[in-house]
Amino acid sequence: MKSPVPIAPAAQSSVAEQKRGFAILDSERWLGPLLIGPAVIYIFLLVGVPFFMALYYSVSNTTTGGGTMGFVGLRNFTAVIGTPKFQTALKNTIVFGLISQAVILVLSNALALALQHEFPGRRLIRFLILLPWVAPISIGTIAWLWIFDSTYSVLNWMLRLAGLIHGQGYMWLGLPHLAMGSVIAVHVWRQLPLATVILLAGHSSIPQDIHDAAAVDGAGFWRHFFQITLPLILPISLVALLFGLIFTFTDMVIIYNLTRGGPFDTTQVLASLAFYTGIAGGDLAEGAAIALFLFPLLLAVALGFLIIAHRSEVT
Amino acid sequence: MIERIKIWGARSTRWGILGILTFFFAFPFVWMLITTFKQTSDLYDLKHNPFLFYEWPTFEHIHRLFYETLYGQWLINTAFVGVLVVLITLVLAVPAGYALTRLTGNWGAKLGIGIFLTYLVPPTLLFIPLSRVVVNLHLDDSLWSLVLIYPTFTVPFSAWLMMGFFKAIPKDVEEAAMIDGCSRLGAFVKVVVPISLSGILTVAIFSFTLVMQEFVYAVTFISSVRNMTVGVGVPTFLVHGDVYFWGSLMAGCFIASVPIAILYNFFVDRFIAGFTMGAVK
Amino acid sequence: MATVETREIRKFFGDIAAVNGINLLTRDGEFLVLLGPSGCGKSTLLRMIAGFEKPTDGELLIGGTVVNDLPPRARKIAMVFQSYALYPHMTVFKNIAFPLKAQRMSKALIPQKVDWAASLFGIGHLLARKPRELSGGERQRVALARALVREPSVFLLDEPLSNLDAQLRASARDELQQFQRRIGTTTIYVTHDQVEAMGLGDRIVVMKAGTVRQIGTPQEIYAEPADTFVAGFVGSPPMNMVRHRDYTLGFRPENFHPKILNGNTKVVGFRFSVTRVEYLGADRLIYGTLIGDFSDQKVIARLPATVTVKIEPATSYDFTVPESELKFFDTATELRIAPRPV
Repeated sequence: MKSPVPIAPAAQSSVAEQKRGFAILDSERWLGPLLIGPAVIYIFLLVGVPFFMALYYSVSNTTTGGGTMGFVGLRNFTAVIGTPKFQTALKNTIVFGLISQAVILVLSNALALALQHEFPGRRLIRFLILLPWVAPISIGTIAWLWIFDSTYSVLNWMLRLAGLIHGQGYMWLGLPHLAMGSVIAVHVWRQLPLATVILLAGHSSIPQDIHDAAAVDGAGFWRHFFQITLPLILPISLVALLFGLIFTFTDMVIIYNLTRGGPFDTTQVLASLAFYTGIAGGDLAEGAAIALFLFPLLLAVALGFLIIAHRSEVT
Repeated sequence: MIERIKIWGARSTRWGILGILTFFFAFPFVWMLITTFKQTSDLYDLKHNPFLFYEWPTFEHIHRLFYETLYGQWLINTAFVGVLVVLITLVLAVPAGYALTRLTGNWGAKLGIGIFLTYLVPPTLLFIPLSRVVVNLHLDDSLWSLVLIYPTFTVPFSAWLMMGFFKAIPKDVEEAAMIDGCSRLGAFVKVVVPISLSGILTVAIFSFTLVMQEFVYAVTFISSVRNMTVGVGVPTFLVHGDVYFWGSLMAGCFIASVPIAILYNFFVDRFIAGFTMGAVK
Repeated sequence: MATVETREIRKFFGDIAAVNGINLLTRDGEFLVLLGPSGCGKSTLLRMIAGFEKPTDGELLIGGTVVNDLPPRARKIAMVFQSYALYPHMTVFKNIAFPLKAQRMSKALIPQKVDWAASLFGIGHLLARKPRELSGGERQRVALARALVREPSVFLLDEPLSNLDAQLRASARDELQQFQRRIGTTTIYVTHDQVEAMGLGDRIVVMKAGTVRQIGTPQEIYAEPADTFVAGFVGSPPMNMVRHRDYTLGFRPENFHPKILNGNTKVVGFRFSVTRVEYLGADRLIYGTLIGDFSDQKVIARLPATVTVKIEPATSYDFTVPESELKFFDTATELRIAPRPV
């Protein structure tokens, strides 16, 4: 190798010379707030402030025209709660949320299990499964609107072909119970992809050793699933479940495009009712009051998140 | 023998589940595609098998979509809003995500959860006050209102995703950069950001799809047909006509959903990785 | 060239003292090793010298200047990390060039310097590769080249050999030392591996629980340990420690021999009941307990393979230690005390 290594005399220059003007660029105490500040300010102004505006509207008599901003106490809430429209919407919100999440939980687990191992065509199937999640939801719903069409329903045609129905076929969106079933089906269609990929990630994070150990210990399929796999993916399934609940509770697009709340407001949910009352109907105050009823539901879900986050920090 | 039956049973169950559910997922898109290319007379003949083409496929619907409706304009509008929102999101969320993972210690983790929780405050709760804000800023019926408001949901989620990506970068690398002559900020800009490029790209794609998905704000703030985004224009304007042009409608749906889905598919693994790393470490 | 000095330096994490009042002064061009078990504060001390941690108390001087408030980049130091911390998105060339670019060296000079540093470590042919395409040994060389290229006044190395396999580690150790001798840059090296420390260091700083237990040359540390901790930590197998009256008696396994071998030196005798014999090729390790005056205390003897005296398990023998090789420690303070009659 090379003989004596040259050392540049510059290396000798005094350390102290460089002492000037680093303060902010190097101080974690300043940099942290500086980097996070813009995002926090933005979120405060456009999420925090509007949120409190919503709180205020709900106890005022504001309308879209500007109107007066008088304080009316809880009148909006009391006025709203009594109406059958509201009660149906509240009930529907909860029913839609719970049923669709229950179905999603079962189906996503089945799908994740089926997709767990590598096989030819797996990537293609995963792409197809993801489609409903990625496609803009308002547009996906339009496709369902066409599938459920009163005259040209391809669904009726297929059922007829299978010999399950004769003649006219169902008015999928025209009858209250069928309409609710259709709405739930579209919710499931829309959210199952996300739940599946989340669970798939959960499944692949379990070390193969554990599965091997269970197999050596003689666990059959069901014992294996319920006693090994399920407990291990429970935290991540909860994440999927909470996301699903939030999406169903707050979604109005599917209702808006599919049934417009009908027939006879039987498929209205809180989110869509708030929209029709507040924006279409122009009664900001009452709309805000309806929307705020979502908040306790969301708060419960958010608390669930906090608990999970906390637990995963502890373990 | 029993073992073989079991294996065979497990395999057919698996393919059964996959087959039925994949059909359920993909069917609306297949149906869009078929409808897009069918001639109107073929489409509305109840005696025809809806999956077969009794007449020659046609580009008539796509032609009408682009020449007789504002669909093209809506696509441009969506891209315009999408690109600007993605840029704003990256500028706000990437530094924030970094600060939350590396610079703020314990309270950073708490603030991170707090920011994430704002993502849970839904548009359906905020659109009423925000419509007032938009009017006061004279942005009503302008695409700029969407550019202003959309980051409210893209920023929290993106910051969360970026936290997941940044957590995966070893601290050593940043410290090496600081030894090698970078400031604390310089280490982030010159080393961490280039390393996280694929994560940043994932966040960009994801934010863009969120913009395409958004409906509530767009339908609330935008009133003239010219200014609509594709997600609002297709269901409100094309459907509201007296006659449903199902062919053009489905063409519009297909064009607006499948290409972005293909792009998204390339990033989905990284997206899930960041997503779950942020959620449960 | 520069020296590193710490004056009563302390670092608290909450209430816990990671480093608790350390005074050190390197000599110019010295290879100083910080040795201790994990959690002894050696890494924290190194990180304070590097500038990643701010001392809670005390002063840190590099080249005679207090650098407590200087960021890492202004300290004229270079560091090699345990993980090497190569920039994964850059080629080897760009990795090595990075410090030069950061100090705004003129573009024309950079390739020249990179080639020089790369040739020092024989990695000239790897310049176009990315770190993930390199073996562990190659990565380590790249990390060294990157550290060296800007000609720092102090080198910091944080267990740079621990990610290499055993065979490579020995040769890397050798190269590292030769290289340090040639460039003559003051080097501080952190390790928990006493073999590495003995082999590399001009002086070794033995640390425990945030304090320095002994500073000295490898020979001093080995032959004249300052307390029972140092005596037990350095050497493998460690020094035998035997309680006797109000003090502790220490002797190295290699000085603990059958009576017949220690012919005419002044010796102290022990009755040694052997439980197990281990053949290690060049050596024989004999495990057992002392009986008699030193009842039931476990000790180990080490005999070179050239000594062929027959030793069997489950048998007692007369063993001796030369008086000059006996070390005495206070049982309460664990500190070395003057020899006394046994």
